[in-house]
Amino acid sequence: MASTLDAPTPPPLPQPTWLQSLGQWLRQPGFISASPVLIFFLIGFVGPLVIVLGFSFLPERTFGFHGDWTVDNYVHILSESYWIPFVWSFGLATATVACCLLISYPVSYGLARIFGRWAAPVMLLLVIPLFVSENVRLFGWYLVLLKGGGILAGSTQALFGFDTGTLLYSPGTILMGMVYVYLPYTLFPTTLGLSLVPRDQMDAASDLGANRWQIFREVELPIAMPGILIGSLLTFVLAVGAISEAKLLGGANIVVVAHAILHEFTYAQNWPLGSAISMFAIAITGILVIFIMRRLDLDRLLGRK
Amino acid sequence: MAEGAPILRIENLTKVFGKLRAVNDVSLDIVDGEFFTIVGPSGSGKTTLLRMLAGLEKPNAGDVLLRGNRVNDVPANKRPTCMVFQSLALFNHRTVGQNIEFALKMRGVSRAARRERCEELMKVVRLPQEFYAKGVTKCSGGERQRVALARALASDPDIMFFDEPLSAIDYQLRKLLEVELKDLHRETGKTFVYITHSLEEAMVMSDRIGIMQAGRLIQIGTPDEIYTKPLNKFVSEFMGEVNTLPVQVGSDGKFDCADLGSQFLGPQTDNGIQSGYLVIRPESMRFLNDPSEADNHVKGSLFNEYAMGSRVQYHVRAGNQMLVIEKLREMAFRGSINDDVMIGWDVKDSVLVSD
Repeated sequence: MASTLDAPTPPPLPQPTWLQSLGQWLRQPGFISASPVLIFFLIGFVGPLVIVLGFSFLPERTFGFHGDWTVDNYVHILSESYWIPFVWSFGLATATVACCLLISYPVSYGLARIFGRWAAPVMLLLVIPLFVSENVRLFGWYLVLLKGGGILAGSTQALFGFDTGTLLYSPGTILMGMVYVYLPYTLFPTTLGLSLVPRDQMDAASDLGANRWQIFREVELPIAMPGILIGSLLTFVLAVGAISEAKLLGGANIVVVAHAILHEFTYAQNWPLGSAISMFAIAITGILVIFIMRRLDLDRLLGRK
Repeated sequence: MAEGAPILRIENLTKVFGKLRAVNDVSLDIVDGEFFTIVGPSGSGKTTLLRMLAGLEKPNAGDVLLRGNRVNDVPANKRPTCMVFQSLALFNHRTVGQNIEFALKMRGVSRAARRERCEELMKVVRLPQEFYAKGVTKCSGGERQRVALARALASDPDIMFFDEPLSAIDYQLRKLLEVELKDLHRETGKTFVYITHSLEEAMVMSDRIGIMQAGRLIQIGTPDEIYTKPLNKFVSEFMGEVNTLPVQVGSDGKFDCADLGSQFLGPQTDNGIQSGYLVIRPESMRFLNDPSEADNHVKGSLFNEYAMGSRVQYHVRAGNQMLVIEKLREMAFRGSINDDVMIGWDVKDSVLVSD
């Protein structure tokens, strides 16, 4: 064995060029098996987005890629009243998240800790409405809240001789509709987060002198936080893009971002402005999502750590 | 250690889960400053008993008295006791320092005072100071034990409870921590109430031991008393491998063992047991050349031998019994498998216990 010590050191392996590295990377089984999905997303998702991005820099009412590049559309959003839909959308989404959290936390706590074998049936009751289309469910609310012959107004009129007037077409009603539709998206991640809090850590906190509030603040909330954040994020992103709630329950009073975009692309025939509103909404939401996701440890939430 | 005022008195404590009486009418006095260990197999109710003492579980009947005051309805966070959990229950989202300081933070102690106390505690449990800002998930098993210990000590509790904290640790580290724990008990002078399923572990550390079986505390005594005078077969077998020969006390005072078809001389019985088990420890058994070398003898054949480091263990088949003999390595028996052998023991090394 001693002779091997004297053997000349082998020449260093040649470093691969970046093209060779890329080729090696492309030949990996993981990349090959993922490529159909990747190609599909490139054509179906990234492609249209790039087109929309391009359109947002074209002059008003252009329908093809010709004309001079301009940022007029973005200036329009801020200088004219196009920012109002943003305020409505983000305001309603924030309020939706807040309401959903307030409702979810106690229910999640029950599902994760108290209900025991009743947790599954309760969960089922919460899931079943999801099998019915969102629009159908919202139309149900519309029928209930309708003025005069509506189910609620009609019933109170017939039973108590009391006129509720119309409950439709107000921000409060839209908010109720959104909370109703998006509650499961907050509830389930929050339940998952809370069920990750180990019982004995709560016992230990209590044993170490923490009262109920201190246990909540020091142990329960920090451990459940990834679930709560994911739930809030999901709800927020969905609520920002919501359109049916405002259209069905809010009538023409309140125009949300998705409605404004739809309006520009269809009725107003102004694709560049519609594109600019879309890009603006994507940018704001994207920044928010990235900011929150950076603070999240998905591996821990999924129990991989 | 048995004399002195009881710091903790348990009177007829009972806890029922559904149809199961997890803890059944347990009474016990724990003396100020003693190291008391409750030993029992899993499911014997020892953890439930401890959780009631810590205030994490409410008894269905009976009382817990702390320095003479009934504390049944005092919640865990208001009792001057602290517990080290089986899982350790460290706050994984916090650092070593934050874990140790938790109890102090809950009591509104200032940041500087907390830090000072934490550093002091880290010295006591032999944790390097640079661990202060380390995440507990990055600590090794032994380090996590020390963090849990320091965390429980932080608020200077009157009584420390331990719920099998060493059960998930490898043998060598466990032996080291057992010794350290006993030293810590000596240094702090606190009352330690410890739970384990290993009587060996209990023997090393405890002043007194209570044996639990099916929700009942069946024997309390010093390690020596438990070792030499086990109450019944359950207790004697709990201590590790022992020979238990089923016997009937005959009219002539001799012990008839139907299994081996022979009669033995046994200890004087004053407890009126008519049938039971004769318990002989493996190290009290020896190989004989002639029946006259011991009070009792049995013939059998050598079934197998096992080297156990400093000792060698032999299994000898006699009748339908497998007898266990242990010798120091340097006094090993030179025989081969299936040899006919004669083994024996003296009356003074045997105990008669009930079923």
